[in-house]
Amino acid sequence: MIAAASAVQRPAHARLLVIGADGGIAHAPRANLPGFLQPGDLVIANDAATLPASLHGVHVRSGMPIEARLAGRSSLVREDVRFAAVLFGAGDWRIRTEDRPSPPPLAPGDRLALGPLRATVEGTLGHQRLVALKFEGAADAVWAGIARHGRPIQYAYLDRDLALWDVWTPIAALPVAFEPPSAGFALDWKLIGALRARDVEFATITLAAGISSTGDPALDARLPLDEPYRIAESTAAAIRRAKARGGRIVAVGTTVVRGLEHARGRAGTGLADQRIGPDTRLRVVDAILSGTHEPHESHYQLLRAFQGDDVLVRASAALEAAHYRTHEFGDSVLLFSSPRPKSISIDRPQRRRDNSACSTVRSKRPQHHELEHPAAARERSGAQPGDRRFRRVAPGP
Amino acid sequence: MSHSSEQLIDLRVAITGGTSGLGLALVRELRRRGARVAFVARTRERVDAVAREQPGTHGIVGDVAAKEDIHPIALQIATALGGLDVLVNNASSLGPAPLALLADTECEDFAIALETNVLGPFRLTRALLGALTASAREGRGAVVVNISSDAAVNAYAQWGAYGASKAALRHMSAIWNEELAGSGVRFLSLDPGDMDTPLHALAIPDADPATLTRPEAAARELTDAIAAALAREHA
Repeated sequence: MIAAASAVQRPAHARLLVIGADGGIAHAPRANLPGFLQPGDLVIANDAATLPASLHGVHVRSGMPIEARLAGRSSLVREDVRFAAVLFGAGDWRIRTEDRPSPPPLAPGDRLALGPLRATVEGTLGHQRLVALKFEGAADAVWAGIARHGRPIQYAYLDRDLALWDVWTPIAALPVAFEPPSAGFALDWKLIGALRARDVEFATITLAAGISSTGDPALDARLPLDEPYRIAESTAAAIRRAKARGGRIVAVGTTVVRGLEHARGRAGTGLADQRIGPDTRLRVVDAILSGTHEPHESHYQLLRAFQGDDVLVRASAALEAAHYRTHEFGDSVLLFSSPRPKSISIDRPQRRRDNSACSTVRSKRPQHHELEHPAAARERSGAQPGDRRFRRVAPGP
Repeated sequence: MSHSSEQLIDLRVAITGGTSGLGLALVRELRRRGARVAFVARTRERVDAVAREQPGTHGIVGDVAAKEDIHPIALQIATALGGLDVLVNNASSLGPAPLALLADTECEDFAIALETNVLGPFRLTRALLGALTASAREGRGAVVVNISSDAAVNAYAQWGAYGASKAALRHMSAIWNEELAGSGVRFLSLDPGDMDTPLHALAIPDADPATLTRPEAAARELTDAIAAALAREHA
C-alpha cells in the first residue's frame, strides 16, 4: 500500500474496501458507505478530541532537553492530571527514533519544565522511557498549559506539521485522546445526515485513544496502554434498540471496538485494559470501519476477531493490488464479522446465508459473567446491571 | 435534564467576551442560576479578576478572532465543563473606532469586524460542534446563541463594518439552525438592544446612559431565552 502523505481527512477520492460477513470483497468510493449499511443498523464512533500531547522542555536536574509525549491516563476526570508519558531526548519527530538521543536518566521525583508546565516524574512504568508524570498546579492551569504549549503528535510520513485542527475529527468533543481516533476522519456531517436518511442510527462513545507507536519495539510491545472510556446511557439505549430489531453494530475504529466490548455495551465509565485478537468473541460489535491496517501492525490483531485469516489475507492482497492508501489519513475498510465464532467454522456454509441467526445464538448465551474487570465494575457503579436489560431485549429463540 | 426558567443547575455554558459588558453580566446571571460557566476573553488580568469574583467559573484567555486560538479555547472549554450544552458567541468588534462611514473604513478594520463577529463564531462553533451534538444525543439539549444587533437588519450610517458583519452572523445562525436541526442543535440570534456597555461607549461616547438598557437586564432576558429554547427541546 501507499502511505497517505497529505494530512487531508476526507480527500475527494477516498476509497472503501468492504469485506462482507461471508468474506466477499467489494470496492467503493468511501462516500458510498451508507449504501453498505441497512436501515436499523447503528454506527458508533469515538468522539474523543485529540490533545496536543507532545510537550517539549527540559529535565530540570540535568538541564537536558526532553520531549514528553503524553500517552495514557487512568480516568477522564478533569482533575486527574497524572499521565503515562513516553520520553524522548533532544530533537523532534523529524529525526528517526533510532537516531535520536535517549532522554537523560530519570529518577523518581525529578522535575520537568515543559513550557509553562511543571511536572514531576513519579516513577517508571516497566520501561526506562515510559514514566508516570504528575503535573503541578490547579487543573485549569494545567489544561491551559497543555492547550497552549502542546503540539499534536506528528507522523514522519506526512508532508507537513499537523495542527490541532488537522487531527480533530468533525465529531470531536471531549479532548482526551493522545492520538486521533483516525477512523473517524471518514465522518463528516453530510455522511452523518446520509446515515440518518437511511434510518441508520448514529451514536458515540468517548475513549481516550492512547499512542499507537513509539518507534521502540520494547515499548511498542506494551501497547495499547489501558484506555479510560465513557459510554452514555443514550448510546447504551441505542445499542439495545439496535440489537432488539436485529440491526448491526458498526464500530468506527478499533478504539470503539475495545470500549464497547470491554463494557459489553453498557453505560458507564471504565478502563479498557483488554487486548482483542483472534480468540476474542465479539459480543457487541458486528462490523468495524477502520483504516487500512497491515499484518505487522497491532491494530491488525483486532481485525482477526472479525474474520478468519484466510479472509484477511485476501483483503490485504486486494488492498495491495488496488493501491489503497494507508496510515492515519488513508483509505478505509468496512469489515463485517463472520457470522459465527471461528472455533466452529466447519459449518460455515450452512450459516453464512442467515445473518440474523448469529444474534439469536449470541443472545442466548450468558453474556456478562466472565472477564468482568473489577475496576470497570467499580467505576460503573451507578449504572444498572446490564445483564437483565440485555436479556429483556434479546430476540427470542 | 430539565430547567425551570429560573434555575439552570448544571447547565454547561461557555461565553465569549466574558469580562465586560453583556458577557460579564451573562457570566454573573448564569452563575447565579446554578449553571457551570466557562468564559473567554483576551486579557489575562481581566480573566483572572472575573474568575476571582465568580468562584467556580473557568476563565480562559484567548482571542476568538485568531484562528490559532480557537482549538486551544475549545479544548479548555470542553475540558473545564466536561462537555458543552450552550455556547454564547458574544465577543464583538465594532470595526473602526470611532465609527466611520464605509467610504472612510480601512479594509483592515473591516477585516477585524469580520474575524471577530463572523469567522470567530463560525470557527468556535465548528470546533465545539462535536461536544454540542453529543449533548443533544444525550438528551441534555444544545443551544448556540449568537449575539446580534438591530444594525444587522437596519442600515445605519457609520455602522457599515459592524452592521455587515452582524448581518452575516445573523444569516449564518439561520443556516446553521436549518442544517443542524436533525442533530438537535438549536441556534438563536438575539438582539439585546442598545446597552450601557464599553462597546456602545466606544461607538457613541456621548450617549445618555439613562436611555440605554442595563446589561444585567439584557442578560436576564437572554438567559430566559436560553432556558426557553432548552425547554422546547425537551417538550
